[in-house]
Amino acid sequence: MRILLTINLPAKLENLERWMNAVSECARKQGYDQKRISKIELALEEALVNICKYSYPEEPGNAEVSCKQDNSRFIIEIVDSGIPFDMTSLPAPDITSSVEQRKIGGLGIFLIKKTVDEVEYRREGNFNILNLTINRDYDK
Amino acid sequence: MEIQARKEKVAVVVSVKGRMDAMTAPEFEKNMIDFISKGEKTFVVNLVELDYISSAGLRSILALAKKLKEGDGKIVFTGLKGPVEEVFKITGFPSLFKIFDSEESALREI
Repeated sequence: MRILLTINLPAKLENLERWMNAVSECARKQGYDQKRISKIELALEEALVNICKYSYPEEPGNAEVSCKQDNSRFIIEIVDSGIPFDMTSLPAPDITSSVEQRKIGGLGIFLIKKTVDEVEYRREGNFNILNLTINRDYDK
Repeated sequence: MEIQARKEKVAVVVSVKGRMDAMTAPEFEKNMIDFISKGEKTFVVNLVELDYISSAGLRSILALAKKLKEGDGKIVFTGLKGPVEEVFKITGFPSLFKIFDSEESALREI
């Protein structure tokens, strides 16, 4: 596995664009097509917005985004030292209810799970470690 | 993100260009709320030039739709394509909103 890029920044929404631009540029250089880059951007935004909004309820903290290439897989690793949060354990939202009954929110994590090929979470010490994997040559 | 709006007889047509993400969705929501507070009730939103939408955009759309429903208003969409259409499909938005093939048919049938 090759580490292509690592960017550590304060977990603030204003940094979103820097992370997004760097990661999509990195994926483009690795030969990923626009369809997959859109998936990468979407999953990355949703994961980072979540960290920026909820990971650090008291003291501010950072998030570190790394891109890795493993054979024909692009792996985005996002590490933060905020409160433990395992998105893989959340149930799917109800996407069949009417406008009146639909809950505002909860769609971001659902979108991550639906767009990338693999989502892996682990807690190591004080760190949340999230791995999002996109296959270059085939869809899940 | 660029937003352009024009008033037709039956609706306000709002065209959104670029990206609707966590940074820009509030701007779209604010623009729409300005129209609603001026008494506009019916909207055709054209997304043909929108390249990207995330859950922040969906959240804004849903919040606006709820607000419009309360006041007997309506929001419909046209110009869905690529990743935007994909995100709509994944999240079941086509069952919440009328989606038209063109602005013309939206304005005719709304």
